[in-house]
Amino acid sequence: MTPFKKLTSAAVPMPIEDVDTDQIIPARFLKAVTRDGFGENLFRDWRYDKLNQPKEDFVLNNPTYSGDILIAGANFGCGSSREHAAWALGDYGFRVVVSSYFADIFRGNALNNGILPLVVSPTLLDEIFQTIEKDPTATFTVDLEAQTFKNEVTGTVTTFDIDAYKKTCLINGYDDIDYLLSQREKIDAFEAKRLDFSLR
Amino acid sequence: MAKTLFDKVWDAHVVTQVEGGNQVLYIDRHLIHEVTSPQAFNGLRKRGIPLLRKDRIVATADHNVPTINQHKPISEPLSAKQVKMLTDNCAEFGVELYGLGHPYQGIVHVIGPELGITRPGITMVCGDSHTSTHGAFGAVAFGIGTSQVEQVMATQCLLLTKPKSMRINVEGELAPGVSAKDIILYVISQIGTGGGTGYFVEYAGSAIRSLSMEGRMTVCNMSIEMGARGGLIAPDQTTFDYLEGREFSPKGKDWDEAVAHWKTLPSEADATFDAELHFKAADISPMVTYGTNPGMGMGVQENIPVHSDIHGDAGLAKAMKYMGLEKGQPLNQMPIDYVFIGSCTNSRIEDLRAVVNLVGDRKVADTVTAIVVPGSQQVSKQAIAEGLDQKLIAAGFEFREAGCSACLGMNEDKVPAGKYCVSTSNRTFEGRQGQGARTILASPLTAAAAAITGRVTDVRELI
Repeated sequence: MTPFKKLTSAAVPMPIEDVDTDQIIPARFLKAVTRDGFGENLFRDWRYDKLNQPKEDFVLNNPTYSGDILIAGANFGCGSSREHAAWALGDYGFRVVVSSYFADIFRGNALNNGILPLVVSPTLLDEIFQTIEKDPTATFTVDLEAQTFKNEVTGTVTTFDIDAYKKTCLINGYDDIDYLLSQREKIDAFEAKRLDFSLR
Repeated sequence: MAKTLFDKVWDAHVVTQVEGGNQVLYIDRHLIHEVTSPQAFNGLRKRGIPLLRKDRIVATADHNVPTINQHKPISEPLSAKQVKMLTDNCAEFGVELYGLGHPYQGIVHVIGPELGITRPGITMVCGDSHTSTHGAFGAVAFGIGTSQVEQVMATQCLLLTKPKSMRINVEGELAPGVSAKDIILYVISQIGTGGGTGYFVEYAGSAIRSLSMEGRMTVCNMSIEMGARGGLIAPDQTTFDYLEGREFSPKGKDWDEAVAHWKTLPSEADATFDAELHFKAADISPMVTYGTNPGMGMGVQENIPVHSDIHGDAGLAKAMKYMGLEKGQPLNQMPIDYVFIGSCTNSRIEDLRAVVNLVGDRKVADTVTAIVVPGSQQVSKQAIAEGLDQKLIAAGFEFREAGCSACLGMNEDKVPAGKYCVSTSNRTFEGRQGQGARTILASPLTAAAAAITGRVTDVRELI
C-alpha cells in the first residue's frame, strides 16, 4: 500500500449526497481480474454520455477543478461492497475523500488502499464547498500525522479523528494482512480452544 | 452487563485486541464468487501464502452467469474469463466450488442457507454487501472488500472495530398483501439510506418473529440499504426447523448440542442497545420505491413527496430527473415495461409460490416483459417439482436459470434505458439494472400484480 502522510492540493467538489458505489464504478466494469485501470471508468455514467463523449456539466470534466482531494456530500460510498470503487478513485489520482460521513464498507476499503476517508462536520463540509465555489483553485492541507485539515484560504485548521492503528498503517503503507499474519500463534490458539461443534 | 445476541456472537469470536479499539475477529465461514475474489487469489499468489482453512470456504458463480443455456459456454468473453478464473483458482487452492452445472450452484446468499452452511452463532463474510442476509439465522454476517477477502483466506480473521448496536422492533400483525419486503422497504424509507451507518441491527418484535426464515432473510438482506453493517434475528424454533436435515447442518448428537447452544444466543431481556427504533406493522402497506436509492420508498397509494429531509431536496430532484417522474405525483396505475422477480432478496421458493398463487389463471400484460430467475439450482428444481415453472410460463413469464441476473445486470439480463422495471431486487441506484434503466423496488406480490396489469398496482386489489 502507498503510504500517506501529508498533502496540499486543490479539491474537486461533488456536493451530492448518498453517492453509491454503482455510480463510482458501474457493475459492468467489475469483470476485470486485476486491481488496475479502473480510473478511466470512475463515475463512468456521470462522466460520459452514451456515445462516450464527456458530459460537460460533470465536475471531473470541468477544467476549472482539479486536485487529489474529492469533497463529497454525506454518506459517500453507500451500497455495494465492491473495492473496485476505492481502486477507481485511487487510480484516478484521489488520495483523500472528505465527507460528513462515509458508508462503513467503503471507508474500510479506502483505508485498505491508501485513500484517507476524512470525516468533517456538516458545517465544515458546507464551508469547504463555499470556499471552492468562490475560488476553485483554493488549496487544502491534510496532515495525517497531526490529524489536521487546513483550509489554506481561510486559514481555518480543524482536527479529524482516525483510529491509531489505521493511522499507523496509512503513514507506513502497512496492509492489515501483514498484521494478521503476524498474529498466527494467537489465531491457532483461538482455533484450538474454540468449541467447534458449530462447524461440524 | 447483559449481552445482546450481536455481543454474544461477536465477542465469542474475538481473537485479540489491537491498539486503537480494533479487534482481530475470527471468521467461521467464507463465501466467495467470481467478481470479488480474483484479485484476492492473485494477492495470495504474489505473497506465496496458502489458504489457512480451505474447508471454511465455499465458492459459487452467480453475478456474471447467463440465465439462459447455462449448459453452453458463456458467450460474453469477459464474463467467461472471470468465471473460468474462479474455476482455476478454486482448483489451484483446493476450494469447494459449486460452479455452473453443479446442483448446488446459485446466488451465494441463497445457497448458504439452503445447504445449511449458514447457521446461528457463527461469523460469516463474503465479498458482497448482501451477506447481511445470513443474519436471519442469528449469525454475524457482513459484506467485505476484496483486500479483506484476501485477509480471511490467509488468516481466517479480519481487523475490525466493533460496530454499535441498534434494535429495530416491528410489532403487530401484517395486513394481507403486506410481506417481509414491505417491512424492510418501509423501515428504510423511514430512516434513510444512511440511517443505520455504523450500526449492526437486530430485528425484533412480533411482526419479525412471525416471519418464515425466507421472510427473515429478505429483511436482513436489505440491512445494508440503510447503511447498517449487518442485520440479525434471534434464532428460534422457526430457525431450527428450517435448518434440521439440510445438507451441511449438524446431525445426531452434534445437532442436539448445536440447538442447545443456539438457544442461549438471544439478547438478554435487560440488554441495552446504542439505538432502538419502534415501528407498527399496522402502519405498513405494500411498498414501492420512486427514486434512485432504496430509501426513497412509499406506500403504493401514496404520492411522491415534494420535499424530503432524509434525502435532501437536491437528491430528490436529481432522482426525479433520472426516473422521469415529478415530485408529488402518484406511482399507482403508472404503466411499466419490465418485471424482474429474482435476486438474493426475493428468489426463494416461497417467493415463487407467492407469485404463482397471486397470478392464478391471469396472464402477464402484453406490454410487459416479465422474468423469473430462481435463486439457485435447488430452488429451480423445487419449483419444477411443484409445477410452478409451467404455471409461470403459461401465464407469460419467462422462467430462467439461477443467478444474480437483472439485479445488477452484469450478465445479458438488462433493462433498457428509460424503461420502468418493477423489481424484487434491492437497489434502485442509477444504472443498476442497465444504463438508464428505471427501477421500482417492490415485493414479489406487488411485482406479480404489476406484471398482470402492466401498471404499478396495489396488490390488495387482486387478492
